Amino acid sequence: MKQRKIRILIAKPGLDGHDRGAKVIAKFLQESGYEVIYTGLHQTPEQIVNAAVQEAVDAVGISVLSGSHNYVFTEVMRLMAEKGLGDVVVFGGGTIPEDDIPELKAAGVKALFRPGTPLEEVLRFMKENVG
Amino acid sequence: MADNKNLDAIRAETARWAETVQKATSRWPERQETFESLSEVPIRRLYTPVDVPDLEYLKDLGYPGEYPFTRGVQPTMYRGRLWTMRQFSGFGTAEETNQRYKYLLENGQTGLSVAFHFPTLKGVNSDHPLARGEVGKCGVAIDSLRDMEVLFDGIPLDKVTTSMTVNHPAPVLLAMYLVVAEKQGVGWDQVGGTVQNDPLKEFFAQKSYVWPPRESVRLLVDTMEFCAENVPRWHPVSISGYHIREAGSTAQQELAFTLADGIAYVQAAVDRGLDVDRFAPHLSFFFDSHMDFFEEIGKFRAARRLWARIMKERFGAKNPKSLWMRFHTQTAGVSLTAQQPLNNIVRTAFEALAAVLGGTQSLHTNSFDEAEALPTEEAVTVALRTQQIIAHETGVASTIDPLAGSYFVEAMTDEMERAAEAYIRKIDELGGMVAAVEAGYPQNEIIRSSMEFQKAVEEGRKVIVGVNRYAREDEGSIPLLKIDDSVEKAQLARIADTKKNRDNDAVARCLDRVRDTARSGENLLPPIVEAVREYALLGEVCDALVDVFGAYQDPAVF
Amino acid sequence: MDYVAEALNGSQLAGARLIRLLEEGDPAGVEALKKLYPHTGNAFILGLTGPPGAGKSTLTDRIIAEFRSRDLKVGVVAIDPSSPFSGGAILGDRVRMQRHATDPGVFVRSMATRGHLGGLSRTTGEAVLVLDAMGYDVILIETVGVGQDEVEVVDLAHTTAVVALPGMGDDIQAMKAGILEIGDLFIVNKADKPGADDVVKQLTVMLEMRAGSADGWQPRVLKTVAVKGEGIADTVNAFLEHRAHLERTGALAERVAERELRFFRELVKEMAADLIFGSFQGSGAYADLVERLKARQVDPYSAAETLLAGFSCRAT
Ligand SMILES: Nc1nc2c(ncn2[C@@H]2O[C@H](COP(=O)(O)OP(=O)(O)O)[C@@H](O)[C@H]2O)c(=O)[nH]1
Ligand SMILES: [Mg+2]
Repeated sequence: MKQRKIRILIAKPGLDGHDRGAKVIAKFLQESGYEVIYTGLHQTPEQIVNAAVQEAVDAVGISVLSGSHNYVFTEVMRLMAEKGLGDVVVFGGGTIPEDDIPELKAAGVKALFRPGTPLEEVLRFMKENVG
Repeated sequence: MADNKNLDAIRAETARWAETVQKATSRWPERQETFESLSEVPIRRLYTPVDVPDLEYLKDLGYPGEYPFTRGVQPTMYRGRLWTMRQFSGFGTAEETNQRYKYLLENGQTGLSVAFHFPTLKGVNSDHPLARGEVGKCGVAIDSLRDMEVLFDGIPLDKVTTSMTVNHPAPVLLAMYLVVAEKQGVGWDQVGGTVQNDPLKEFFAQKSYVWPPRESVRLLVDTMEFCAENVPRWHPVSISGYHIREAGSTAQQELAFTLADGIAYVQAAVDRGLDVDRFAPHLSFFFDSHMDFFEEIGKFRAARRLWARIMKERFGAKNPKSLWMRFHTQTAGVSLTAQQPLNNIVRTAFEALAAVLGGTQSLHTNSFDEAEALPTEEAVTVALRTQQIIAHETGVASTIDPLAGSYFVEAMTDEMERAAEAYIRKIDELGGMVAAVEAGYPQNEIIRSSMEFQKAVEEGRKVIVGVNRYAREDEGSIPLLKIDDSVEKAQLARIADTKKNRDNDAVARCLDRVRDTARSGENLLPPIVEAVREYALLGEVCDALVDVFGAYQDPAVF
Repeated sequence: MDYVAEALNGSQLAGARLIRLLEEGDPAGVEALKKLYPHTGNAFILGLTGPPGAGKSTLTDRIIAEFRSRDLKVGVVAIDPSSPFSGGAILGDRVRMQRHATDPGVFVRSMATRGHLGGLSRTTGEAVLVLDAMGYDVILIETVGVGQDEVEVVDLAHTTAVVALPGMGDDIQAMKAGILEIGDLFIVNKADKPGADDVVKQLTVMLEMRAGSADGWQPRVLKTVAVKGEGIADTVNAFLEHRAHLERTGALAERVAERELRFFRELVKEMAADLIFGSFQGSGAYADLVERLKARQVDPYSAAETLLAGFSCRAT
């Protein structure tokens, strides 16, 4: 009896406590049938990546509104590669200026959703890239 | 508002009119079947005296500067003095922010407002592992008295008033400010300003908490007590609805939870044995001004009236200044869109106008680029000019509370008051706001509202221009302020240097005293002042308190 | 990647991926499990059950810390409910335990019930085996905590703790029915709230009335304040005492043997059903039988007998 369920880690790095976006996404993905593991607030990149290892997730979504996106995503991508999670899809959301997006994508972040992105677009992305 | 006979006649006439409208709408239906405010209050087609049947002018509105303060807290309001234009700002290092402050003061701003970076708000130093990438990004980095000295260099603290937006670690920042004043030769009795220092909302709104609810309220009461005795012109708390709203609450929840926080603080101070008429005049408030124009105006007016009634009836305050609610307003950050950013100038202008018509004492207008980053100098200037245009060109500041008597505005004011009262009753039943927070009540309410709002936007029931309506693919980009990583390096170097050049034994002794005082229950402010004077780092002082109080962890409710 | 070898080497990535295969019912998972099996049977398996919000996850976090301070490696399987509507889930137990995420001696795996009743997920047992083989000394299972009938954990755990909280009043009486029998330990958490001592008293009285368990263990009632870490060392000591008791009396071996037997019978049932239904794949007689069943021309008992009669003919 095979039943494949997509598992997604939603993480909130750093000291910033604005978790509304992370929670809205988590709730929405749950309602769309995904299994979402939430890390809670105040995570270091290492904590996030270790959680992704232990939970054997298909994707990791990170919400950043503190301006630390360059650091966070670069560090997460580095650790993911180091720990053998090269096949896990990483996406992000929050206040990420357009200008910074190309560099983050080059580092391997699959998608960055800016504020105001319709949730349907996130769902389409998940379906196309994760399952 | 009107006598009963009159009301009956109006009722009859309204019914007759409704029938004629019925005929028209059966052929040409209205745009929507129902209309709701941003916070889901049903909005009727027309408001008449029938919608405010119980309104009594003298009892419910009265006169500006007099109970119940519905029409404003000062007898002359903006005819006497305009609101304080106080742009919240801070970024990068203390040096950079100091330059920005001087620029704003030269351009007619009348008060300072410090935005701290997240590490400071969370009570940790720039060298904390979680601070990586956040140093100086969303505010100025302050790790010790040294940074504070730089921040106010060349700004005479007896000439400006300063608002500091920081909560759980607020006593530490206040202590630094006081020591800087001292070093400028300015006595504590001459410095004026505000620390936000509103701990409870951190648990359900901004989430910049350090210690648990009860301990955080104790520290607040310590600050109130200390200021009442030593810093008479200082407002030791700014009870804030802003972050509650930004976390996704409705206007009613913003109002209710803010007042419930206020009630908890006043009660805690009274329980400590403080005289309500001594500390209450120093309480101040802080609200959000969102997009629904009349709802917001109703909220501001209801806030004043309700608070005056609470202070008089619940706490038996007698000093008129204990009853008045003075508040700062910030236009809604969440209403800004990253898409078509110039539209934000217009949004901010309407929100600012609502705040002025609602009788705010001071105002921050957001800059149009703030959905994505901290504002550039140009964007800040437009934001400040927006306030100046409202003040000097529109004429709205020439008379007091110009919308009073509008059936709609009075009905919205009543509606807000009733909704907030219902919430406050519920919170009383739960045992007050501290218990309610521990039980997760406001947390759950806000989550529910924010999810509903999100759904309404997704379904297009709520329109956001440029986002879910009139969106464009080919958006140009605007120049954004970039904070580079040199700030982090500079800050780390300064911490190392501070640690090398201070008397580390003295610091250790001071921190022990902080811990001892935390245990003994005496006022914590004096040992905190001594610790920062010796250049104890912010994170060291906060850690000492965590040693005794424990650290709070968010329950992450959905 | 050779998941088995890597997992036995302690690789969290390999262990996690193996659990994922098992959770998905991938045959490769079962094959791996067969190879891991000889390396299992060493871990001390603890179950934590009780109503939602009682503080199970917070307690788990503190218990992890306490075991770690005693130099024991800890695995956790935390179960949360799947939505019956979307099939999705938000697994939030981990939030309380994230500070251990950088400790290589701790492994936390969240699981959704995916419709399984009884307080665990269908593959909780398999996940525990994997963690056991990986060398975790203690494995904590946090049950869903929704119903009164969360008794499945007893099958799996050596020691089961029931978490209660002050102010439960009548609920304590209601607990008598199911939960009271399954607890080896009772933890009254949130003892910082008024009424904790009342609950302790009520539980103690009720347990005294309960017939002692067959192996002679007298259940204990403990008080904790998980958010402050109070009472945790005592709780862990009580866990270890129960474990020692089980070992001393030989009850542990009995429990384990019973479980293996039960699990074996379950598997036989499951596999037999697969085998039987599989053998009738595409058979006309089978389709005919199903049609008659649907039309209520035959009762399910007779239909089952007919089917099995047909199967045994084929088999011989
Ligand atoms: N006052 C108090 N609250 C607690 C205690 N233990 C846990 N909590 C809180 O209770 C809530 C639920 O805890 P959680 O561990 O998620 O419970 P679970 O649903 O049983 O896993 C959280 O907000 C915890 O912070 C305690 O000992 N005292
Ligand atoms: Mg739990």
